[in-house]
Amino acid sequence: MEHSPLSPDADTREHLVVIGNGMAGCRAVEELLARDANRYRVTIFGAEPRVNYNRIMLSPVLAGDKSFDDIVINDADWYAANGIALVAGDPVVAIDRGAKKVTTRGGVTEAYDRLLIATGSDPFIIPVPGKDLPGVISFRDMDDVDMMLTAAEKGGSAVVIGGGLLGLEAAHGLSLRGMKVTVLHLMPTLMERQLDEAAGWLLKQALEARGQTILTGADTEAIVGEGKVEGVRLKDGTLIPADLVVMAVGIRPSVALARDAGLAVGRGIQVDDHMVTSDPNILAVGECVEHDGQVYGLVAPLWDMCRSLADGLVEQPSGYRGSVTSTKLKVSGIDVFSAGDFSGGDDCEDIVLRDAARGIYKRVVLKDDRIVGAVLYGDTADGSWYFDLLKKQEDVAPLRDVLIFGQAFASGGGQADPKAAVAALSDDAEICGCNGVTKGQVVSCIAKGAHSLDAVRGSCKASASCGSCTGLVESLLALTLGDEVQSGPKTLCGCTSFGHDDVRREIVAQDMRSIPEVMQKLHWTTPDGCSSCRPALNYYLLCALPGEYEDDQQSRFVNERLHANIQKDGTYSVVPRMWGGLTNPTELRAIADVVEKYNAPMVKVTGGQRLDIFGIKKEDLPAVWADLNAAGMVSGHAYGKALRTVKTCVGSEWCRFGTQDSTGLGVKIERMSWGSWMPHKFKIAVSGCPRNCAEATIKDFGVVCVDSGYELHVGGNGGIHVRATDLLCKVATEQEALDYCAAFIQLYREEARYLERTAPWIERVGLDYVKARLLDDPAGREALRARFLYSQSFSQDDPWAQRAEGAAAEHHAPMARFTPQEELA
Amino acid sequence: MTTVAEWLDIGWVDQIPVRGSRTVQVADGDDIAVFRTAEGKVFALLDRCPHKHGRLSQGIVHGGAVACPLHNWRISLTTGEALGEDKGCTPTVPVKIDGGRVLICRASVLKAAA
Ligand code: SRM
Ligand SMILES: Cc1cc2nc3c(=O)[nH]c(=O)nc-3n(C[C@H](O)[C@H](O)[C@H](O)COP(=O)(O)OP(=O)(O)OC[C@H]3O[C@@H](n4cnc5c(N)ncnc54)[C@H](O)[C@@H]3O)c2cc1C
Ligand code: SF4
Ligand code: FES
Repeated sequence: MEHSPLSPDADTREHLVVIGNGMAGCRAVEELLARDANRYRVTIFGAEPRVNYNRIMLSPVLAGDKSFDDIVINDADWYAANGIALVAGDPVVAIDRGAKKVTTRGGVTEAYDRLLIATGSDPFIIPVPGKDLPGVISFRDMDDVDMMLTAAEKGGSAVVIGGGLLGLEAAHGLSLRGMKVTVLHLMPTLMERQLDEAAGWLLKQALEARGQTILTGADTEAIVGEGKVEGVRLKDGTLIPADLVVMAVGIRPSVALARDAGLAVGRGIQVDDHMVTSDPNILAVGECVEHDGQVYGLVAPLWDMCRSLADGLVEQPSGYRGSVTSTKLKVSGIDVFSAGDFSGGDDCEDIVLRDAARGIYKRVVLKDDRIVGAVLYGDTADGSWYFDLLKKQEDVAPLRDVLIFGQAFASGGGQADPKAAVAALSDDAEICGCNGVTKGQVVSCIAKGAHSLDAVRGSCKASASCGSCTGLVESLLALTLGDEVQSGPKTLCGCTSFGHDDVRREIVAQDMRSIPEVMQKLHWTTPDGCSSCRPALNYYLLCALPGEYEDDQQSRFVNERLHANIQKDGTYSVVPRMWGGLTNPTELRAIADVVEKYNAPMVKVTGGQRLDIFGIKKEDLPAVWADLNAAGMVSGHAYGKALRTVKTCVGSEWCRFGTQDSTGLGVKIERMSWGSWMPHKFKIAVSGCPRNCAEATIKDFGVVCVDSGYELHVGGNGGIHVRATDLLCKVATEQEALDYCAAFIQLYREEARYLERTAPWIERVGLDYVKARLLDDPAGREALRARFLYSQSFSQDDPWAQRAEGAAAEHHAPMARFTPQEELA
Repeated sequence: MTTVAEWLDIGWVDQIPVRGSRTVQVADGDDIAVFRTAEGKVFALLDRCPHKHGRLSQGIVHGGAVACPLHNWRISLTTGEALGEDKGCTPTVPVKIDGGRVLICRASVLKAAA
């Protein structure tokens, strides 16, 4: 490998050479630059052929939530701007302490004045037969992730050996990528070093519910296969087939270089409080070091180490005193937190709270009235508070009775007010564990002008990684900026500095009538917006000007433009409306005919109680619709930010438990509300009794019939974060149920932000607000209902019928056809 | 061998919606997507996103780019390159406007379809 000469001729500054372009190595350089940007000339050697990235985010990359570019911490510009020479893809193979030189595998030699070793860890590979077969990999760097992604593309099965943090994140990612995953764990419970038995069990249940197979007490005997991995055999004889084996059983500090150079090495490279090794010119930091007998495998300690190291390098020594660590699992939808020591013991006391219905388990371990450990499962919001009390060794005797209910409760009120909880955190409480950012740092960066979540992420990196502290950062923004932030911390998109609410307000206030007008008057920074703002503006105008605004087709997502769902192969699916889930022979016959006539490869009963026809070609859509229209069917809007389905159960007409005609009411509601465009999709259900067969309590609007009338529920959804509805009120008649439904829909249509479903909207504005508008203000409710019905008078014509008649045919047919050799069509 | 025109005449500019696109079907090959921007410029690309082969013709056109309908990558209409953080490129087809007719380069269509 060839490199241009690295030593710039006239630079007489001391030369700091860093081995390891990972999290600790680069963070140390960042800390140094922040203290004195000019003191050292810096050269970084990295074994990986890429810039510095956030290793802990490899899990979200594997899971498909992020791309590699999203997780880069310092890009090429950063090295250039700070005059740092980066030698990437060429590991250092020797340190010559006498000559003060390092040499790389590619033969590059570089002299140093100070050397920093930040080589991290090596994954531990259990020495079983077959460990070297192709298809057996570890989970440590981007190359590993690339290999997993390639393997996952072919589907098949994967075995993950190791049920710790890393193994479970690998398993989660692979299973999201479509592989059948088995986790083998030697110990009886998962993540036994971070979780106690109860939490480990809950975790196992949750992962199994997601389709993973988890074998605990599983001892691997051999990895088998001819030429490549084919399976894993356990000591008890079980053979598990596998196309991929991921070993995630632990890590070992990477010390070979240091040991060969004769530095003092124990479990890791031994350093003092200033991160200096046994050679005063050589420092070490990160997972490769041993400090005070401890080695670490998480990022939080690195931040502290890097601070002390940089202080030492600029001769203002502070000294590292070791770290207490906490752990979170980055598997979406499963909240797990642990900190400190929870092995218990005679002198320890446990406080435990379990809420089986909500799947919550919390345990705080006390010793002499101080918190020594905490395990939280299901609700981890108070993790940082317990962790803070633990690190400070605060006396919690006065809080003991309420400690387990969390900070908001313990600090009085009993009402969970997240803002009060955040306000009560001390300045050095850690907000962002991924990037080691404290509350004080976030507040000061807000004070310096970072007035939005994105700005905070950009300036101090809090919440820029796994995002689990986003809520905390938002609360800090709200606290620090007061009302300023309420008016819209998030801009609608990168094209404007206005937030959603500002834009909506201004559209009405200035009576704006078209997308270009909004962009002009609100100083859009792009000529014609982007794929985020255009659909939002189109909706806001359409909602504000029913009957007057002319829809901009080119600002709609393809599904809404073509009134069908685009599939990954470019064909479309078609879902006709089935009122309240009812159908009849004519409709069924029409669907059967369409399936045959257009060779639809699949027809399926949906979760929304209707039939979905898959694999229709774009050109055939108008003809398909014409056939369905002929049988009286209209678009089901299964593709739109619109009213989707109204699910019903059989109700009093047939069911022995039914209290009211839930089916009939569902049909009436669907007849009233179909065709309406919404900020996001909107689903309704009506159940005939509290057994709730129509699942009304996870819908945007749900009705549960009872003997004395109708319970109206709002703000539920399924999806990744299931939210059960809140009870809005109870009414006595069908007509009232319909009226409240219309008023609720209109309130949501007028006030929610585009792509905000009712659940997050209600969480944001509060149920009390919705009640105030719909219950306490009958005149206002009536006005909302009237506005909804007025706007419906324009939107209830079937988009399919128009297309079947030939409208917008250009959306469907190609402009020309070309057959090589022939002339053009 | 018969000589065939170097440029294929595919129709009037007006047949392409502003900030929208139409396709040209190519026998035994991927479609060509023909876009018209807000400024009235016309571009042609293979109708195939470099990411996972989404139909670019079905995306939202903004500025000089189109957002793929499948996962929202932004593809430059001039170069075919993915913009921003994404990496990848889709072949472009030269376009010429002559008296309101849209002409696309035959050789490139053949090459893209191959
Ligand atoms: C077809 C159907 C699955 C099925 O075969 O049963 C389905 C299919 C899709 N769902 Fe669904 N969902 C279907 C019922 C549901 C349900 C059940 C229900 O409605 O009672 C849920 C949970 C309830 C809910 O919405 O809260 C559901 C929760 C989702 C979510 C998560 C929503 C959320 O707010 O978190 C998405 C993702 C999204 O919309 O962003 C989604 C997105 C999708 C998309 C549109 C994904 C996409 O963007 O391509 C799928 C379209 C497939 C297609 O091309 O037709 N689908 N989806 C169901 C259509 C019902 C219908 O007749 O219209
Ligand atoms: C998938 C995954 C998820 C994780 N999740 C979390 C989490 O949620 N929370 C948490 O706190 N921690 C997590 N961790 C752990 C965290 O990533 C590490 O603690 C951290 O990266 C350690 O930093 P480091 O700089 O010491 O080592 P690294 O980040 O590994 O950096 C070391 C670098 O040195 C390079 N190197 C090694 N030898 C040489 C050589 N001879 N010459 C040149 N370069 C060399 C390596 O290639 C590597 O790039 C996770 C780790 C992984 C792999
Ligand atoms: S919800 Fe009640 S009424 Fe409806 S089907 Fe179920 S049991 Fe019967
Ligand atoms: S296929 Fe185009 S963005 Fe994924």
